[in-house]
This record gives sequence, structure tokens and C-alpha cells, in this order.
Amino acid sequence: MTAEPMPLGSSGAGAVDAEPLDPLATEPPAARRERSVPRAGWMVVARKEFADHLLSARFVVLLIVLGLAAAIPLYFAADTIRSAASTVSGATAVFIALFWLPPHVTDTVQLPSVAGFLGIVAPLLGLSFAFDAVNGERAQGTLPRLLSQPIHRDDVINGKFAAGLAVIAIVLVAVIGFIAAFGIIRLGIVPAPSELLRIVLWVIVTFVYVSLWLAFGMLLSVLVRRAATSALIGFGIWLLLSIFGELITTLVGGFIAPLSGTLEQQYSNNSVQETIRRIRPDILYSEASRALLSPQTTDVSTPATVGAAQQASERIPSLLSLDQSFILVWPQVVALVAITVACFAIAYVRFMRQEVRA
Amino acid sequence: MTSGPRLARKRKIAPRRGDASAAPGGRNVGPDDTDELVRISTRRLTKRYGDLTAVDALDLDVRAGEIFGLLGQNGAGKTTTILMLLGLTEPSSGTARVVGLDPARRPLEVKRRVGYMPDSVGFYSDLSGRENLRYTARLNRIERDDAEAAIDEVLEQVGLTSRADDSTDTYSRGMLQRLGIADALVKDPDVLILDEPTTAIDPLGVTEILELLRDLVKKRQMAILLSSHLLNQVQVVCDRIGIFAAGKLIGQGSMTELADRFGDGTAHIEVGFEFDDDASAKRAPELLRAIPDVADVRPGARLLDPWIVAVRPPSAEGRVRQAILALAAAEGLHLVSLRPIVPSLEEIYRHAVARTLPAHAGAVQ
Repeated sequence: MTAEPMPLGSSGAGAVDAEPLDPLATEPPAARRERSVPRAGWMVVARKEFADHLLSARFVVLLIVLGLAAAIPLYFAADTIRSAASTVSGATAVFIALFWLPPHVTDTVQLPSVAGFLGIVAPLLGLSFAFDAVNGERAQGTLPRLLSQPIHRDDVINGKFAAGLAVIAIVLVAVIGFIAAFGIIRLGIVPAPSELLRIVLWVIVTFVYVSLWLAFGMLLSVLVRRAATSALIGFGIWLLLSIFGELITTLVGGFIAPLSGTLEQQYSNNSVQETIRRIRPDILYSEASRALLSPQTTDVSTPATVGAAQQASERIPSLLSLDQSFILVWPQVVALVAITVACFAIAYVRFMRQEVRA
Repeated sequence: MTSGPRLARKRKIAPRRGDASAAPGGRNVGPDDTDELVRISTRRLTKRYGDLTAVDALDLDVRAGEIFGLLGQNGAGKTTTILMLLGLTEPSSGTARVVGLDPARRPLEVKRRVGYMPDSVGFYSDLSGRENLRYTARLNRIERDDAEAAIDEVLEQVGLTSRADDSTDTYSRGMLQRLGIADALVKDPDVLILDEPTTAIDPLGVTEILELLRDLVKKRQMAILLSSHLLNQVQVVCDRIGIFAAGKLIGQGSMTELADRFGDGTAHIEVGFEFDDDASAKRAPELLRAIPDVADVRPGARLLDPWIVAVRPPSAEGRVRQAILALAAAEGLHLVSLRPIVPSLEEIYRHAVARTLPAHAGAVQ
């Protein structure tokens, strides 16, 4: 329908004619104005970004990469468990061992566990969907146009973040659901309800961890002008953490609190080093996922005193209940959430203060 | 009343209450509240970035049904002004009213009714032209059916219908600018703000676009604010023109008003003679100078070029032309051309800038 432009409402007779037909006409002007400018602009932005993500090549590539990262250790872990399960009877929490057991490929070669592998690759997921969120719009010249639409400025960054979260959730659920199904078939064991619950909790914590990288990517996209640069910085930091992270924290820890002196000192310095390691979000995540996935884990920290170490060695090996496991990693989870919120908050504030023009 | 439902639908696209229908509520009082047709109005609007004053005490009025051209060099403060009008950046001082609202306080309502096409407009390259417009329509909360109809209409208006479903990746700069205009029109705005809208469109296309703008102003009573450095286009299409230099509006008005104000107080006439002999060639300038109100007679650059007769005051120009005609007949001179030289906007602009800001005069060339 190509309607000819209508004469302007302020004086045009057409507007007066149309008035009784307009359902909004009976409402007071204030209510009409309210309706004409709804507040859910972020949902419109999120919907568009979400659709873009799902259709993007990144999405497919990440699904494959993550799927492989999970499937390869899973395959070998299943073999390891099967060979172990045939000799052991009455073992509990076998299914969930699929996720945390570092599998043997051969007698000497050991792979990281499924959880470990995912923990390394997952940041990619967060970074990929965020590193060009804002500076990409700038580069394309779409930002001024977007901001001149009747939405709030924060709708843009909120909508993008929400879309990123949704895509991450989809990828994680898809990949982990897939490997769980694969595990059920391979092992022929159906997970117990408590195991299922552990897996769900672990997925949630993984989601929080990936969100952290999403928020970090978002921050980079606000601070760095060029998308290529922010991608390079983001992936660089990810690589640095996952390859040299251990080396760096050990060096720094060794400098501040060397493991020397009396046994008592060594124990206390070790706990200082552990704290330093926990500045790294990947350590926080791996501790959280270890405790959540394997009920055998009764402690995520090494003992800080000689006495505590003795106590720990005398403890009867036991399985923790789910709530106990969760209490164990509560601080880690809170720290992950806090870092995520902090990253997003900085990105948010900086974005709100930036000039529209590049 | 076959057109009734259609109009009602149209109203849903843009709940267009003129300022009149919105008035019963406690409408905030703007500087020009008395004049309902003023769509854009600023009073001493100022924006400073640190020491730099990008926009300096700007007074501007744009009424419904007119195209206002904003002229100025890069960095003169045109874009900053536009951003303030859209509430995308806050003024340091002064006030702005767009469709009767303060854009700094009620940006959403302003942006709902103002279509804006930024300088070097961009689109999502992985989406088609139509999809890009669809997103804009959704951001404006236009219902789906209405949006599709509006999108078809604006694509037709800017002449992009045949390429609408191609990815904008494949568009030329000119096509992107057309799409930018369509994008600004999707929400069926009351005010259209176009920042350098035609720089990359080919000459024939520009004529079409300018005609479209004129049409919108006439039929829809839109107010259009157009910033450009293409002076001849501005001259053709704008009802009134504002000249911007170093953050200041150094003059505004119609072409004639600007010419009066910034001309050097002389009108020029081009006079061409064909001479039989050298004697008459020498005599002609003397005769021309003798005509009342002629201030100066200059020969053309080359021998056979027409002469330039300067007339002061400019209002005497018509009379002088008649006198020249009579003179040629009486003296037996072969007059081959006689026409007034219309001052171009470029000239006015150069004079205006040179007069107000001597330091900038060199840069205007």
C-alpha cells in the first residue's frame, strides 16, 4: 500500500476525520504518549542481535569447536570409566565422572577432563559474541542512526549483553546436553537425580564464567576503537591466562611468599600463593567446577597449617552432598559474578558517557 | 469515506498529534510556544568541549513547511548542533525545543518524531536494505503490517525498490545515502534532519531526492533541516539558509535577504558588444559610465569577453539595463548580450564568512 502522505495533524482535516476511528483517541494525551514510546527498547535490540548471532558464522564455528572440545575427552573418559567400572562394584556417582575424570588415551598420555577442556575453550564463546559489540557499530556508522531512534542509550548495551547471554546459554546447553546424551549411550548408565542436579549447577556456573568473558569483551568493545584491536586484546589475554597464567602466578607468588623456611611457614606461604592464584577467573572457575562435579572433592584449598594438613590426611574419604559441595565453592561463584558485574558496569558507564561521534 | 481506515492506520504508524492536540496536558513552555508551526527552535544554544566552543549562542527557528539549509565548513558546529537537537549530546547552556519538547529532557518523544540521517550514514552490511529499515521500524515500535507498508512506500520514494532485498554490502555510497533518507522517513516524522544527505548521489539522483524533499515539505508540512556544503543544492532546495562559521550562525534568511545583507552593495550586469572599429570600442565604456547609478565598468578578461557593469545601489539594476538597451540603440552599438549576474550562494557565503571572520577567509576557497 502506497498511501499518499497525509496532511499534518496539527492543521490537516484528515487527522480530524481519522480521530474517531483511532482506538487511542479516547485516551488522555499522556497515556497515548506513553504508548507511543514504550520502554522495552532493549528487547528490540536484543532480538536483532540474537538473530544476528544465530545466523553468524561465529555461532556455527563455536558450536563445532566447543562440541569437539567436549566430545574428544568424553570419548576417552567413557573408555576409562568403562574399564574401571567392570572391576569395581558399588561405585557411586559414576556418570558424573565423565565430566571431571581426566581420561587416559594410552597408559602414559592423559587428556584434560571434559570440564577442564570446556573451561579452556569457553572464554572464546564469551569473547566472540562481544568484542565488536559497540566498536563494530561505530565502524559501520550505524551507531548514530541507532541512537537517534526512540530508545534509551543503555538499551543498546543492555540489549547486546542480553542477546549475548542468550546465545551463550543456548550453546552451553546444546553442547553439554549433547555430550551427556552421548555419555548415556556410551556408558549405558543413567545419571542419578543428584548427579543431574550437579550437572545443571555446573552448567549455571559455566554460564556465569562465560558471561564474565562476555562482559569483558563488551568492555573492550567500548574502550577500544577498532574491533580488530579489541579482538586481539581479548584473545591475547585469554591465551595468556590459559597458557602462561600458571607460570605468572607462580612467579609472582614465589616472589611474594616463597615456599621456604620452616614447614609451618611453607604451609602459610602456600596459602598466600593460592590466594594470588585466585585472582585469575579461570582458577576460580576450575575450582568451582571441580567441587560441583566431583562429590569426592572435600576441599578446594590446600591446608594452611601443618595441623590442618594432618587432619586432612586422616579424613575418611567420603562423598559430599550437593549442598555441601555448593557451600564449598560459594565464594568462587560470588567472585565470578562480581567480576562479571564489575566489567559490565564499567562498560556501561563508559558507553553512557561516550560521545556519539567517533 | 473509503480513506478513513487507511488514515487511521497511518495514524498508528505515527501518532501524529500536532502541537495543538498535545496542548491540553501540562505542556512545558518553550521559547516559541506562541507559534505552533515552529518545529525547531533554539535560544542561545551553546556547546563547549573544554576550551573549544563548538556551538556559540545559537538562535535558530525552523517552521513546518520549510527547508532550512545549514551551511558551514567542516568543524563549524553543524553536527554538534544536530546532536543537541536530538538529545544525543547535552548543551552546555541555552535551550532547544524540537516539536515543542526539550530534547535533553524528553529525548524519546523527540526522537520518535524526528527522522535523522547522520553524516556518512551506515547500515548493517549483513542485512538487506529492507531488513535494515525493518529494524528501524521495530525500534520505533511500528506494528508489523504498518511497518511493511511504510517500508515499501519509502523505498519507492527514494528509488530503491528494485535493490531493497540485496545486502547493503553491495550498495554504492549513493545508494546508502538514499537508504539513509528512507530510514529517516520510515517513522513518518514531523521533522527531518539530514546531515550531508546528497554528497555521494549522482546529479540526476540528487534532483530526484531534492524533489522528494520539496514534496514532503509541501504535502506533509514537514520541517526539514538540511546541512550541506554543496552550495548549489542548498540554493536550489532551501527556503531559508543559515550560515555557520566557527560555532556561530553569522546570518540566516532567504537567498535575497542574505544577498542584501552580505552582498557588497553592488549588482552586476554582463554586457557584450561587438565593435565595428576601435573608436567605438573606446567610446563604449565612457557611455556606460555616464549612465546614472553605474559605479564601475570593467572590461572582460579577454578582448571579446563581455563587460561587467557594477550598479550601486543594487535596486537600480533593472533601470540601468533598460538604459543600456536604449543607449545601444541610440549610439548604434551592436549589443550581443545583456544579463544580470545573479549572485550565487557561494559568493554570498564567501563574503559572509570573510566579513565576519577575516581569519577564516582564506580557508573558504
